[in-house]
Amino acid sequence: MNQTNPKQEKRDEWMGQLHRNHIQQVARWRHQVLAVQLSMLVCMFLLWEVAGRLRWIDVLLFSYPSKIFAQIGKDIASGELWVHVGVTVGETAVGFLLGTLVGTLLAVLIWWSPFLSKVLDPYMVVFNSMPKVALGPIFIVMFGAGFTAIVMTTLSITVIITTLVVYNSFNEVDPNYIKVIRTFGGERSEIFTKVVLPASFPAIVSTLKVNVGMAWVGVIVGEFLVAKQGLGYLIIYGFQVFNFTLVLSSLLIIAAVATAMYQLVVYAERKMLAGRR
Amino acid sequence: MPESESVIRLEGISQVYVSEREASLVIEDLSLEIQKGEFVSLVGPSGCGKTTLLSIIAGLLTPTRGEVKVKGKLVGGPSSQIGYMLQQDYLFPWRTILDNALIGLELTGRLDERSRERVRELLISMGLAGTENQYPSELSGGMRQRVALVRTLATDPGILLLDEPFSALDYQTKLQLEDLVSDTLKQFGKTSVLVTHDLSEAIAVSDRVIVLDRNPGRIRREFIIPDEIRKAQPFHAREQEGFNELFQALWSELDQPGGGEKDA
Repeated sequence: MNQTNPKQEKRDEWMGQLHRNHIQQVARWRHQVLAVQLSMLVCMFLLWEVAGRLRWIDVLLFSYPSKIFAQIGKDIASGELWVHVGVTVGETAVGFLLGTLVGTLLAVLIWWSPFLSKVLDPYMVVFNSMPKVALGPIFIVMFGAGFTAIVMTTLSITVIITTLVVYNSFNEVDPNYIKVIRTFGGERSEIFTKVVLPASFPAIVSTLKVNVGMAWVGVIVGEFLVAKQGLGYLIIYGFQVFNFTLVLSSLLIIAAVATAMYQLVVYAERKMLAGRR
Repeated sequence: MPESESVIRLEGISQVYVSEREASLVIEDLSLEIQKGEFVSLVGPSGCGKTTLLSIIAGLLTPTRGEVKVKGKLVGGPSSQIGYMLQQDYLFPWRTILDNALIGLELTGRLDERSRERVRELLISMGLAGTENQYPSELSGGMRQRVALVRTLATDPGILLLDEPFSALDYQTKLQLEDLVSDTLKQFGKTSVLVTHDLSEAIAVSDRVIVLDRNPGRIRREFIIPDEIRKAQPFHAREQEGFNELFQALWSELDQPGGGEKDA
């Protein structure tokens, strides 16, 4: 084994060199992308700052970064920010988890009964086509101006689309897999638990990712309408008292928290689908 | 032959498929008896209802007219007496090889330590040692189809229905698997019905080849395979005297006008 064949050694060296070059090139490429991304961000903020301080733009409307960060710092120090972030994140999490769950259960129901699926079809099409946030006032009247109405607004956005996507993936399961179960005398419940559900699991998990974005829309709109707390409320409040520094700082925080939440879901998705190929 | 010997008995089977546009007759008044331990192949042009016939025997489909008896009992639905092998392995990608092979036992409520051990041994005897905890995507096509065979045999059915199980494999793997399946089924004394497009495969593995007509499907002719071809392993059967003549006879039977065009 340890005998060195000069020819092979030369070949190994040559191929090793090619491999190292490739790795270096990939790394350089990645660094370039990151550098441009960062400098874009910095330039944008710098330009904004300069434009604000030199009064090129109306500071009352557009504020500028140092003012916004000062505002965020003040809110953090007073502890007020965490209350708003907590409320909004809570509503969003409940909204998107419940939306995915209810949507999936509804999909199971209509998969189980093709008759029901046919019956509900036009209702689902209408409900899916209409802009659901328009139902906001109805929810406020029904559930009162608060948490429940906001979560309902979120559900109205997430449930039907989840149902449609998941039901679709139920139907796309290769009928031959179902035939395997049937040849062993499996019942419809076994067809569901042994084939249809596991085969659709990736689709269900991927609706989580879509729903987390949808839930943010629902929650912010809901808060616009009713809330006394939350990031959506801060935006509306800032708008009403004409404090656009507050509006923009809330937007910045929403961007950060929503991204963090999305990444968390992506991470959870990877965990849940690990071991599957 | 005494009636008690026939394991599968089809009597006057007709099958009509109805859709919104039309009702079409797929099989008309087909009767067939298959003896215990016999290996019967069904060949014929596409549209002759071969797969439909298998589904009917398996109890997956109730014939529009006529009756099916398995071991003298009327078939009302799928039973654990009948194993079914599909064109492709259709192993569940989210289950390990062992879990895939155990699915039949799970579904029939017969999964215990003993049956699990038996399936393990079956996997090993099929040359699948060490794959238990792997996933289907890690195995080659031939290995996957062998797992599918183990899955079918795990519930110990007396009758095996094979729906072109070798058609998706490359030629070499196909020949190897034909030998393995044929040996295994003979060894366990199973009764088998094979649907295939491959005439030489049909001759090599069977005791009897049935040529079906199409539109509607019915039996056109039966060929009894002579002993020396029948007893040889499929691979060597192809070298036996009389094999080519039989192949030619089958070919011309399928090629005749009125028998529909062949598809290879």
